[in-house]
Amino acid sequence: MLYSVIGYYSLILGLCFGLILILFSVKNFQNSKFNTKILSFTFLQFFFVVISFLCLVVSFILSDFSNETVFNNSHTTKPLFYKIAGTWGNHEGSLLLWLFVLTLFILIFLLKSKNQPTKYKILTLVFQQIIIIGFFVFLIKTSNPFNFLFPTPEEGLGLNPILQDPALAIHPPILYLGYVGSSIIFSSALAATSLNLITKSWATHIKKWVLISWIFLTLGILLGSIWAYYELGWGGFWFWDPVENVSLMPWLALTTLLHCILVLEKKLILTSWVIILSISTFTLSMCGTFLVRSGILNSVHTFANDPERGLFILIFLFSLIFLSLFIFFFFHKSNKDTPTSFFWLSKETSIIINNWFMMYFLSVVLIGTVYPIFLDVLSSQKISVGPPFYHKLIIPFLIPFLIAMAIGPKLKWIKSNIEDRVYLILLLVISIILSFLIVKNFDSNFLLNTILVSSALYLFFITLRDFFIKKYSNLSQNIAHFGFSLLILSILFNNLFSSEIVTNLKVGETFENSKTKIVFESIGQKKEKNYESIVTNFIIENSNGVNENLSPELRIYNKPNIVTSEADIKTTLMSDKFIVINIVQNQDYFNVRYQVKPFMLWIWFSVLLISFGGLMSFFKKEYEK
Amino acid sequence: MKNKLLLIFITSIFIIIFIFFYKGLQNTNIYTPETKINNKIPLFNGELFYINKTVNSSDLFKSDKFYLLNIWSSWCVPCRQEHSLLMDLSKSKKVELIGINYKDTKVNAKFFLAEFGNPYKKIIFDQNGVNAIEWGAYGVPESFLINDGIIIKRYIGPLNKKLFKEIKSLIK
Repeated sequence: MLYSVIGYYSLILGLCFGLILILFSVKNFQNSKFNTKILSFTFLQFFFVVISFLCLVVSFILSDFSNETVFNNSHTTKPLFYKIAGTWGNHEGSLLLWLFVLTLFILIFLLKSKNQPTKYKILTLVFQQIIIIGFFVFLIKTSNPFNFLFPTPEEGLGLNPILQDPALAIHPPILYLGYVGSSIIFSSALAATSLNLITKSWATHIKKWVLISWIFLTLGILLGSIWAYYELGWGGFWFWDPVENVSLMPWLALTTLLHCILVLEKKLILTSWVIILSISTFTLSMCGTFLVRSGILNSVHTFANDPERGLFILIFLFSLIFLSLFIFFFFHKSNKDTPTSFFWLSKETSIIINNWFMMYFLSVVLIGTVYPIFLDVLSSQKISVGPPFYHKLIIPFLIPFLIAMAIGPKLKWIKSNIEDRVYLILLLVISIILSFLIVKNFDSNFLLNTILVSSALYLFFITLRDFFIKKYSNLSQNIAHFGFSLLILSILFNNLFSSEIVTNLKVGETFENSKTKIVFESIGQKKEKNYESIVTNFIIENSNGVNENLSPELRIYNKPNIVTSEADIKTTLMSDKFIVINIVQNQDYFNVRYQVKPFMLWIWFSVLLISFGGLMSFFKKEYEK
Repeated sequence: MKNKLLLIFITSIFIIIFIFFYKGLQNTNIYTPETKINNKIPLFNGELFYINKTVNSSDLFKSDKFYLLNIWSSWCVPCRQEHSLLMDLSKSKKVELIGINYKDTKVNAKFFLAEFGNPYKKIIFDQNGVNAIEWGAYGVPESFLINDGIIIKRYIGPLNKKLFKEIKSLIK
């Protein structure tokens, strides 16, 4: 009760500081002085958001059910870890977390950019405060996390069991760091455009923010994927669900931006690209929030279906879009002195090619996500766009993309010749032969798979070889590209070599085919604080006589009452053994699904490698010579 | 001049997108059953999922009890959401569930049923989507509540708890 009051009023104070900051900044902007009060006000705003956030966390820990958010999303029997994680496992709390990161980042930004022009700093702060105030108003008006309930209920409704997972507990904060990082890029790009400050030094300065948001976004998506794989029990890691798509879209834009910024830093070209991408990265993140939170799309992650909330974000989002359009068109002057056409074989061209590929992937995902909404409005038809759509449109373009990615980084600025052609061709031939040998045992889609695997292998070999060439010094980029080739290869092999057995078994029964023997050993019960579970034990014997013990569970959560199947996964370096059981209605049989999924670990590992490449670049002082 | 035209062009595109989103927001979750209500069920022939046998509509909806015809597919994400409700409903003796497996492969559909359970008494395998058209379906998922050979209710999109309660009260 007390904490709710403190939390609520801290929010209001935070909002007040936002308004004061805007007034103050406008005044300081005119005489272009950076008053130290600005810094202290920013700090105070951050401080009050922290207080408010902590109050919500404490309410969750104490299970204070007079708070509506806590009542809706918590329960006394929940372990402490999930009580805390439950703070951001719901709409209101996650928005508060969003605000927390927003205010934290602008504070860090002001502290870190002491050497930047004053006007630029102040203007960035103003744009950022517009976003922050928007979120404050949204939070206080439509989704207040500190609503009272009277009389105080005895028990809460509980947190959705599929959200009670360690990967998911840290997934939102990490993802938000990425999303919100893009808000800094957005504000800063707008400020720099209005002041005509898009320069090489600006690129160097904002590059750090691009990198850090990109790293967090990548890791956030990875965690979401890991959660889907381990918890949803469906054996996949990417479903092309709208919510996954809305995190992928900013990632694609941000990745493109990252490449453009590097060019801008060197050559002062592609300024329009950089500005538009900075704007679109953040608007895509916001658009994602809109699509997910308004209930306009049906999805597993939809927290709340409240049209009022949707309307607010929609209006806010489009005000930001129109504001940035206005600034872009009226303030951006394209640089006249720099050449606009490049020699066809140069690093610039290869980056532009990369950009267009990325834009293509982005538009495919965007269309697949919003097309159902448009169709619904036009003709009241409800459809859902499934994986076949994305696969058909993306896979063919992945092939030239991978090859361009292998050759592009080898090119030099301005004008270039391809060096050591012998190696490049030799590696291409090796990749084609290798992939032919790998794929030939599989009759499905032979040609496409061969080409796909060989282009991925090609990138793999080329980046691998570059590790051993001393003169080639851009290690961080090479690691990231190598990680990407590894990712594509792992996904491809995972799809090609996965095998699956589905059968119904009773305790004591055995299933056997030429390769595998599955023995249903025993069944037992287990009682935990927040669920009861049926634990089964299986022995898997494969053709070379290796035994493996696997014990999948069926969990019956008490609050809310939901049955989930917990897969048991044995992870080894080369493959995952994945078993999941389900009840067959009114029978002693269990439905058993056993899968061997190769290279699962490599998928996670390669994404980590990609982000590690980004991290290295973040800590590196100079990019290339 | 060129810039201005571009600005107007882009702005209008965004305004159109805004209108679409705005309208979409108001449409949310309002599934109005319009056609085919209180009509007789359409006559059709379909192929059964587990055995290669053709059945026609009068075989399927023989008795005067309640039937819920559900159009689903393994590739459809909302179908997963509503599936637990269908499983619940299949426990009720008052209603029989008939599935139409829409534009799917048998292998994937079997995995889906193995994973989430099979609530259906009978499933029609509608590989090219013809049966769904005969029912005038918009897409997947979609459900029809049938009593005595007459469609009494139609649900476009996934069933939720509220609609589920409505069905339960209708079949009482």
